[in-house]
Amino acid sequence: MSMAAEERSARAPWALTAPALMLFVGVLLIPLAMTVMLSFHDWGQYKGIEPVFILKNWHEIATDPYYAEMFWRTFRIAILTTLLTALLGAPEAYILNRMDGRWKSFFLLVILGPLLISVVARTLGWALLFGGNNGLVNKLLMSAGVIRSPIPFMFTETGMVIALAHVMMPFMVLSVWAALQRLDPQIENAAMSLGAGPVTIIRRIIMPQIMPGVLSGAIIVFSLSASAFATPAIIGGRRLKVAATLAYDEFLNTLNWPLGAAVATLLLVALVLIVVGSNALIERRYAEVFR
Amino acid sequence: MAYLELDQVAKQFGAQTVVDDFSLSVGKGEFISFLGPSGCGKTTTLQMIAGFLDPSRGAIRLEGKDLTAIHPAKRGLGIVFQSYALFPHMTAAENVAFGLDMRGVARAEKAERVRAALAMVGLAGFEDRHPRRMSGGQQQRVALARALVIKPSVLLLDEPLSNLDAKLREEMQIELRQIQRTIGTTTILVTHDQNEAMSLSDRIVVMSQGKIEQIGTPQETYEKPASAFVSQFLGKTNDFAGTIDRTATPAQLVAGSWSAPAPAALSGPVTVSIRPERIGFGDAGLHAKIVTRIFQGNHWLFQCDSECGPAIVIRQNDGTAQPAEGEAVRLTWHPQDMSVRARAGA
Repeated sequence: MSMAAEERSARAPWALTAPALMLFVGVLLIPLAMTVMLSFHDWGQYKGIEPVFILKNWHEIATDPYYAEMFWRTFRIAILTTLLTALLGAPEAYILNRMDGRWKSFFLLVILGPLLISVVARTLGWALLFGGNNGLVNKLLMSAGVIRSPIPFMFTETGMVIALAHVMMPFMVLSVWAALQRLDPQIENAAMSLGAGPVTIIRRIIMPQIMPGVLSGAIIVFSLSASAFATPAIIGGRRLKVAATLAYDEFLNTLNWPLGAAVATLLLVALVLIVVGSNALIERRYAEVFR
Repeated sequence: MAYLELDQVAKQFGAQTVVDDFSLSVGKGEFISFLGPSGCGKTTTLQMIAGFLDPSRGAIRLEGKDLTAIHPAKRGLGIVFQSYALFPHMTAAENVAFGLDMRGVARAEKAERVRAALAMVGLAGFEDRHPRRMSGGQQQRVALARALVIKPSVLLLDEPLSNLDAKLREEMQIELRQIQRTIGTTTILVTHDQNEAMSLSDRIVVMSQGKIEQIGTPQETYEKPASAFVSQFLGKTNDFAGTIDRTATPAQLVAGSWSAPAPAALSGPVTVSIRPERIGFGDAGLHAKIVTRIFQGNHWLFQCDSECGPAIVIRQNDGTAQPAEGEAVRLTWHPQDMSVRARAGA
């Protein structure tokens, strides 16, 4: 009797999670496994996809410097975007946290704004501001005599970083904000009573405590930027490709699915390694203090 | 001359007056408690001394100098917060050393002072521990060491013991008192716990609704409460309605069947306040019936139904026989043990 009950209670968690697990397996694991398999298949202009096991695609990615350049650009853009969001987002969160209730909710909405707007509308907005000679900002700056020729925005890495930082900002701000919420509300007064000035308080008391928030925000922003598709697709088009748009092109333009699958798989593996690695580093670094 | 002086200090938030007309002079080395229920303005007053809030009116002076003109970071006061507000990313020693860093104390002297401060609060050997890995009591000690290591002119304690369990709180009270006696730092404690205020302080400032109700030694505030609020807030008390009859000779104070020669000055309806431990059972006095009798080890607690309403009586457990539940008794007390106030609205 008790054996049966034990057996049943051991099965219960599996039974209860089965629907979610099956969905997870069905829509994520199986397609992923198929993509990985696909990356080992052969492809020819006239013969199409051949389900054989070869390393051709991987060999091509490893040896052709074109792919190295693509991946290097992808990670450079992701790193710059992460730095920009951290530099702007951390102070933004700190200021937001100190605001009065009403202003706080208003500005939180402003910060979340980019997530609520369609990526196309948002990116086109940036293009209108900066794009070519007719961009509003460029026009203003040129008529004010600050710059002589328009700042290039479309089809540039600068443009991609700016547009990506804009949409990634909420993730950084919310992550830092969560860390700020955990701060003792009296901690600044405590430091002040011991003789610390505002700069010292931020540098020695606030910064070290919100660092885990900044770093976890950085992991989110980095992985989202490195795998971002829509923003680089609109700003970079086919002239300035990153890993995600490259995979897309292989799939839909060249129709070389196996090569596209290899690019996508490599991007996924690289991201997983970077995220897991830095997460482990952060956890070890802050284990003692933030448990 | 007063060491720390608060002169008609008031604080307003919008139309709301949180602290009003607060005047107090604190002698050097004195231990003062601000005692009152939450929202009475005691913490606000402390924050004005600390400089986290500016008074709306009045002056705060330390050794004759205007304290409100000095930035909070330059006031040199030691503060222990209710939440301790320790720096979680620093070890105990780094927490304590922070104030010394800000003062540019040389490395060797700093190390020695940090060691001594931690030893004083009984945390020698805990230097490298992070606050999150310490118990509440230990964190409390680190906060105290951090506040004391800078040799503050005044030590401000904002409900420092309220997050500790009862036994630990009692231990810390004794320890806090000893440390304060040893180093002689002028100390202001904010608390809502009357036992804490009474066992620690030289003088108690009883506050209610932003105003001072009474300033006095623990004995004074307990024995001679200046208002009904003070007598109710500091320990249990019995309030009986009485009357002073000036037509009789000599004038009589009458409460039910209990009577005594009337005190001077008052007449008409009065409230008689008497502490439960000052009431005895006798042959004359207030008629009462014992409702419940509770044994509490060193004393008995009686809840009685008297002709003047419910009454509490505490008798020492001195081995004598005590009345049983349901028994009819007479309650009596010495006139010098009671305080008599004019009764409003009667």
